[in-house]
Amino acid sequence: MLAFLGRRFLIAIPTIFLISIFVFGMQKLLPGDPVLVMAGEDRNPEMIEFLREKYRLNDPIPVQYFNWIGNALQGDLGISLRTRQPVLELIAEKLPVTIQLAVMALIIALVIGIPAGVLSAYKKGTWIDWLANIVALSGLSIPNFWLGIMLILLVSVNLGWLPASGYRPLSDDPLQSILTMLMPAFVLGTGLAATLMRHTRSAMLGVLRSDYVRTARAKGLSERMVLVKHALRNALVPIVTVTTLLFGELLAGAVLTEQIFTIPGFGKLIVDAVFNRDYAVVQGIVLCTAVGFIFLNILADAAYRVLNPRMNDT
Amino acid sequence: MTLKKTLGLALALGLGATALHAQDLRIGLQEDPDVLDPDQSRTFVGRIVYSALCDKLVDITPELEIIPQLASGWDWSDDGLELTMTLRDGVTFHDGTPFDAQAVIANIDRSQNMDESRRKSELTSITGAEAVDDMTVRFTLGAPDATLLAQLADRAGMMVSPTAAEEAGADFGLNPVCSGPFTFVERVQQDRIVLEKFAEYWNADEINFDSVIFLPIPDTTVRLANLRSGDLDMLERLAPTDLTSVTEDDSLLMEQAVSLGYQGITVNVANGDRAASPIGENSAVRRALSLAVDRTVINQVVFEGAYAAGNQPFPPTSPWYNKDFPVPERDVEAAEALLEEAGYADGITLEIQVANNPVQMQLMQVVQAMASEAGITIELVAKEFATLLSEQTAGAYTASQVGWSGRVDPDGNIHQFMTTDGGINDSKYSNPEVDTLLNDARVSNDAAQRKEKYDAALAILQEDMPIIYLYHPSWIWALDDKVQGFVPYPDGMIRLEGVSFAE
Repeated sequence: MLAFLGRRFLIAIPTIFLISIFVFGMQKLLPGDPVLVMAGEDRNPEMIEFLREKYRLNDPIPVQYFNWIGNALQGDLGISLRTRQPVLELIAEKLPVTIQLAVMALIIALVIGIPAGVLSAYKKGTWIDWLANIVALSGLSIPNFWLGIMLILLVSVNLGWLPASGYRPLSDDPLQSILTMLMPAFVLGTGLAATLMRHTRSAMLGVLRSDYVRTARAKGLSERMVLVKHALRNALVPIVTVTTLLFGELLAGAVLTEQIFTIPGFGKLIVDAVFNRDYAVVQGIVLCTAVGFIFLNILADAAYRVLNPRMNDT
Repeated sequence: MTLKKTLGLALALGLGATALHAQDLRIGLQEDPDVLDPDQSRTFVGRIVYSALCDKLVDITPELEIIPQLASGWDWSDDGLELTMTLRDGVTFHDGTPFDAQAVIANIDRSQNMDESRRKSELTSITGAEAVDDMTVRFTLGAPDATLLAQLADRAGMMVSPTAAEEAGADFGLNPVCSGPFTFVERVQQDRIVLEKFAEYWNADEINFDSVIFLPIPDTTVRLANLRSGDLDMLERLAPTDLTSVTEDDSLLMEQAVSLGYQGITVNVANGDRAASPIGENSAVRRALSLAVDRTVINQVVFEGAYAAGNQPFPPTSPWYNKDFPVPERDVEAAEALLEEAGYADGITLEIQVANNPVQMQLMQVVQAMASEAGITIELVAKEFATLLSEQTAGAYTASQVGWSGRVDPDGNIHQFMTTDGGINDSKYSNPEVDTLLNDARVSNDAAQRKEKYDAALAILQEDMPIIYLYHPSWIWALDDKVQGFVPYPDGMIRLEGVSFAE
């Protein structure tokens, strides 16, 4: 296992390096001059020249890249061109918010998605299966921004149960923090639950037809035992894959949901940064997200091995 | 929810009566401000925060007259080359630094000389500043400058603590220290900016809140939902489409003021190769397009009648508006005649770039439909704003739908756009006569004389028309009905003096 993890971490290094080049290059391909946006409405030429010099935008692009990556390796991701806040500080400020939202959304997704998937596979063709499918399809097809606004109107404006938007840090006021995150996590979670439910269902259907499940039943094990211990455990490998991918996506920030509920996470930060051509922030976040994603994938690979020891040979 | 209520009650009892009476005003902003340093910042929402945080040398009335704020009075020398200001006594900055002539001099120096300062171009006329005594400061000007007081009524005139500025340098905006009614407490980017009442404020009697919290909520529907649910006390820039629902709601108030800015179509008349188009080469075509659109209908259809139709850089309500050229009625026949006179009897096709937001797109689709009836076929190209701006500067456009947020002094709405060397003259319009008129208008302190010059320049511009002005947006605020004493200003700022919650 250790050798396996070591190997994966080694492979991750060139991957991250390539991503950094890619992000940097793509940014430079964006039309629109960052300095024009930064110089303000009256676009003073002196200011424009000063900004170009200051942020070394007059240097050749490879030089700019090595400046950035060199500093990044020393833990300095630069400062936001818009607010002068250090990018690392911004990431440290937003990451807990995004992680909290992602974890809460994922919990909601797992709690709804997996049992629904298991049940609909087990009761294939019955009304339970149909109902689960209808709910899942609605979850997939209802856009987040619509569901979000409807929830705000219903739960906050009409019923007054939860705050309409905003965010309190967990450390500040745990209860309030969870309450403000509940609606956005629900909006995100239901969308993901649908995906999870579909994947769980198809994995379970495959497993339920296999010989070892028939053997388990023949041994006289209870249905519960058969379902949870034998079928679900074997169906979990594809579910872990999907969950990891979903979680990775959540970490990159849920732009629309964050926008609607004004959750100050990665999604909102990166969208604002792109529109303001705040290069340092975009690069910093994408790099950070990419590292997170790679790390999650390594974790998922490790999880496969725990779930299915046969994989250790490969 | 009972748990929450119980906890809340316990908390309230624990903190005692004072906490229950804390008056916190929560204001919803459309965007997150940029850096909170008056010398560096450039966003409109940033200025809203400053109106609670940073006092200026002078302020304006809703009628745009200049009135004292940190300067209690001022005098111009007869040649207009010296401005002497007496300063308000007993003012201190939030860090305890006293406000005096030396502080003003340090502030002007910072605005003019700090590398990162975006105020340099606003204060170019000041060549020297000296302390006559502790509380009197004299500015020497290189040339008369009628716009100076108006500049000092905005960010260029905001006074920051020289001690804090010296210490923090360019990072001042991370922890701004000014002398306004509220002090800076904390900022979480994209989430909140919290200010707290400054007990030693010189006008503290007029301030009725213990704290102000600015919450950036970009989505207009969500911003309004937050006001309705009681999570906000007021918001800026209500969407015109939500006007009816707010006016029909008894628990909400609505206030509005026509802004100082404008929106229009800037035509490339001499900015590189792309100026070689029928509309770029021929002012008759531009006038034809202007006549082909119905500005009143645009206001009704796109903005629910909440904005003001316009045809000049100043709104019709402004004292600087030239009344000899009222907003024209739509006249398709006259437009066709102008096209024919210009040699385009069969009509023309024209590309206009527009920012890819739904409102500007809708505006231009209405213009497109109207123009087509006069034989002008408009092809709309939607671009993200940063791209639109850089192509416009580079001359890579035929015509562009853009606007200007507006300035208190008329010069700010016209000089940089219409003079040959104007910094943001993206159409590259050049007319020596207009140059002379506009240059003369900015050096005179006599309002009547200035008005004459602007009238003459506007008459020429109605013929040449490098910018086809369409409308003037209004600032619209929605407030909870417990908020009282709010006065709408054409600059869109939220001044908190005299604003309070009803008992």
